Amino acid sequence: MNMNMGAAAVQTSTMPRPTGAPAASQTPAMPRQAGAAFTEAKTEAADAELVFDINKLNLHYGSFHGLKDVSIRIERNKIMALIGPSGCGKSTFLRTLNRMNDLIPYVSIDGLVCFDGKDIYGRNYDVTDLRKKVGMVFQKPNPFPKTVFDNITYGPKIHGKKNRKQLDEIVERTLKEVALWDEVKDRLHKPALGLSGGQQQRLCIARCLAVEPEVILMDEPTSALDPVATLKIEELMDGLREKYTIIIVTHNMQQAGRISNETAFFLHGEIVEIGDTETIFSTPTNKKTEEYITGRFG
Amino acid sequence: MRQNRFVEKSIEKLLFVAAAIATISVALITIFVFRSGLPAMSGYGFANFLFGADWSPGNGEYGILALTAGTLAVTFLALLIGIPTGVCCAVFLAEILPKRAAAVFKFAIELLAGIPSVVYGFFGLIVIVPIISEHVLPLWQRVNPDAQTTGLSILAGGFILAVMILPTIVSISENAISSVPQDYREASLAVGANKRETIVRVLIPAAKSGILASIILGMGRAIGETMAVMVLTGNVAMLPKGILDPVATLTGTIAMEMSYAGPTHQEALFGVGIVLFVIILILNLAAQAIARKMGAVGRE
Ligand SMILES: Nc1ncnc2c1ncn2[C@@H]1O[C@H](COP(=O)(O)OP(=O)(O)OP(=O)(O)O)[C@@H](O)[C@H]1O
Ligand SMILES: [Mg+2]
Repeated sequence: MNMNMGAAAVQTSTMPRPTGAPAASQTPAMPRQAGAAFTEAKTEAADAELVFDINKLNLHYGSFHGLKDVSIRIERNKIMALIGPSGCGKSTFLRTLNRMNDLIPYVSIDGLVCFDGKDIYGRNYDVTDLRKKVGMVFQKPNPFPKTVFDNITYGPKIHGKKNRKQLDEIVERTLKEVALWDEVKDRLHKPALGLSGGQQQRLCIARCLAVEPEVILMDEPTSALDPVATLKIEELMDGLREKYTIIIVTHNMQQAGRISNETAFFLHGEIVEIGDTETIFSTPTNKKTEEYITGRFG
Repeated sequence: MRQNRFVEKSIEKLLFVAAAIATISVALITIFVFRSGLPAMSGYGFANFLFGADWSPGNGEYGILALTAGTLAVTFLALLIGIPTGVCCAVFLAEILPKRAAAVFKFAIELLAGIPSVVYGFFGLIVIVPIISEHVLPLWQRVNPDAQTTGLSILAGGFILAVMILPTIVSISENAISSVPQDYREASLAVGANKRETIVRVLIPAAKSGILASIILGMGRAIGETMAVMVLTGNVAMLPKGILDPVATLTGTIAMEMSYAGPTHQEALFGVGIVLFVIILILNLAAQAIARKMGAVGRE
């Protein structure tokens, strides 16, 4: 929760990294107030590497103000949970991070959303490259009406992997990562729509992993699943933490508590409170947060 | 209460009668055509009738191979031009053009469907036929110096037919593509696919049963179309050697000759009708089988 850490993090983010942007195209120095709302206890400043740095993000659907002055910093290899009542803008926020809102013509956005140090809404930013690095898992499982195999290889093929052996490996690796391999290894070439809902959702996660993203955005990935499937996906996320950064929207407080490092509480398009998950759940500073977490909030 | 039930029953009866009339008329027409045509076919010999290349009713020759070839050639050319144009147009309207502009275009294309076929024929005769004889022929003569044409040809008929089947293909395909769930678009874009990849690899495959349906309907219209092709193909019952040759089609021949045909000739024309009927049936079944086969993966 110290300011030093925030400043150090900004600096690290501008240094060249294997996956990152060339240093020349980094964003201009940013005002510090984003760090003010930011609290983080555990990580040593040196390790904290920012993946997303979002500053004063505002979004309008036509005249409706959907996101108001949202500022968040998201560190590499952390799980950030977004909670809040229905309609508060969690999905909207998530979809600004891979520019999915571009599909809606009447959306307008301002503020700064930096990914790996580059403003993703800047001119000439390569959106397909962004979406390759920032994968998304949707609330409703949405496999393509293709085979299991073709679903997973869809992304890799688009990004130029054609070699059959390589594709076979990707399919096996990702299906094992999502603990689906044993269930579907005999029906890789059967329609994905024949799988159960929970299997479809894990397939969608595998499809997302297959393009080797840096960040995975998950919008209530378990809301359509039974407790067993939910548990499997939670275990999976715990394992994914090592390689990926995850931002997950959830209505399930226990889930947020179990898996996330940090939690942000949204209300009416604003961030009311953000910080270390344990702190937020044990000693929230805002009354609204407390009411929501304890279920006394409508 | 009771009156309500009475009304309900009456409506049911009425609907039943309407359905029965429709079914019975189709059945009666079919039976009539077959009864009138089969004797002539068997009298001339089925094989001679189907595979004889000489159609000269004046001399008592009723081989329809040239007519079948004419119909298939014109239809095939129409599909060759119409399918890619129509599907591309549908993709453009559904996925690329903004909604409002697309609505204007859709309206214009649906207007095309309302133009009577004789007008298409007339337009073709005044515009397309001269273009073929004055501009296309000289080009073709560089390749094949012996080529000759009046412009009345497979090309003229096929081209106009392609325009005529466009509304069917475009509006049904556009519908099919537009109604692919938004989920699929988002899923594709979310792994970093661009718009073109999304269209080619996800949307068109997901909409293929609708696109195929539009093609089947377009094909049916192309084979059955009479007036425009009669005006444009030249009605020469000879096996064509190239697309600038004139042909006669099955439908055009029936329309041209039925008014003056003697009894045997008339029966032979009904025989032509039977062949037309069977061709359409076969093509429909084939197209449906293909649709089912292609739709199999992903659905089930
Ligand atoms: N496409 C859209 N056009 C107009 N308004 C929208 C659109 N999508 C969302 N909104 C509005 O933006 C607000 C936030 O919606 P959003 O979907 O982000 O909520 P959410 O927090 O994800 O809710 P839930 O928990 O129910 O999924 C809502 O008031 C909603 O009505
Ligand atoms: Mg939502």
